[in-house]
Amino acid sequence: MSESKDHGHDHPHGHGHGHGHAPHPFQPDIEDGPITEHMVLTRAVTELMIEKGVFAAEDLRQKLEYMQSRNPGLGARLVARAWTDPAFAARLIEDANAAAKELDIDAGVVEIRALADRPGLHNVIVCTLCSCYPVMLLGNSPDWYKSREYRSRVVREPRAVLAEFGTEIPEGTELRIHDSTAELRYFVIPERPAGTEGWSEERLAEIVTRDCMIGTALPKVATE
Amino acid sequence: MTAAPASTDHTPRFAPGDRVRVRAAFPPGHIRTPYFVRGREGRVESLAAIHPNPEGRAYGGDGAPKRPVYRIAFRQADLWEGYAGPPGDTTVVDIFEHWLEPAEGDAR
Repeated sequence: MSESKDHGHDHPHGHGHGHGHAPHPFQPDIEDGPITEHMVLTRAVTELMIEKGVFAAEDLRQKLEYMQSRNPGLGARLVARAWTDPAFAARLIEDANAAAKELDIDAGVVEIRALADRPGLHNVIVCTLCSCYPVMLLGNSPDWYKSREYRSRVVREPRAVLAEFGTEIPEGTELRIHDSTAELRYFVIPERPAGTEGWSEERLAEIVTRDCMIGTALPKVATE
Repeated sequence: MTAAPASTDHTPRFAPGDRVRVRAAFPPGHIRTPYFVRGREGRVESLAAIHPNPEGRAYGGDGAPKRPVYRIAFRQADLWEGYAGPPGDTTVVDIFEHWLEPAEGDAR
């Protein structure tokens, strides 16, 4: 970087600091955080598995890349199909992993259940104990889903939490929180909103966002 | 804590609609029963799965015998004193059978 003639950075002045001030704080690098016991353990086990030939570094890399390629678009395709095909919706609720296969979507080996909203019922998912999430259909969970705040408050005061997300559930609608504490994973099939009549599956899938399938949001139809 | 019933088969002890109480036990270890439902009454929604017991698997065991896991629905008002939402709101939690006992008045 070339040194400018005064003091080495080029942001506009006039916002209240003089020359000779301390440099801007650096954003810490990943390695600047504390190294926890579990991080060390993960690293050690990984290295051992590779060293002993259980799997190769390339296998691990591919697996991680595959997991990180999972995304909410997969779940959205299932919801959009369910909205347009009641028989598929029934199969999705009966056995989501098998129904996903019909659309060539790999839902993995952990059983995933689809929770259908209906008039008078709205579903929301959480894992109060840790962060269980239907990664194979929704991708990695957002950080807030793993936060202690969401995990504790969404069961204690779910309506207040949803309101903070901008989602108001009518008093007359049962709010049902699903805590995936055991071996199953869940995602929400929201109700198809009015104003989407005649839409293609592709167009429908676009309004089924990650948060809609967590239950903290409802699908929105943009008003022209 | 009383010892978990050592059921050797997978025949579920509870049926949908049964009123159950979650054991108010606080053993150490890897427990998948959240504190906020221990000692609380709920209703069996459905049998979710029959699964190896994570309390053993977490420590290198095989989790045998497998246990029924139920979806238990709790009224929010039964979980939280002074719950602010409407009385119909619920929380559904997946609970392993050995954490459940029949609710009083629901003899089995």
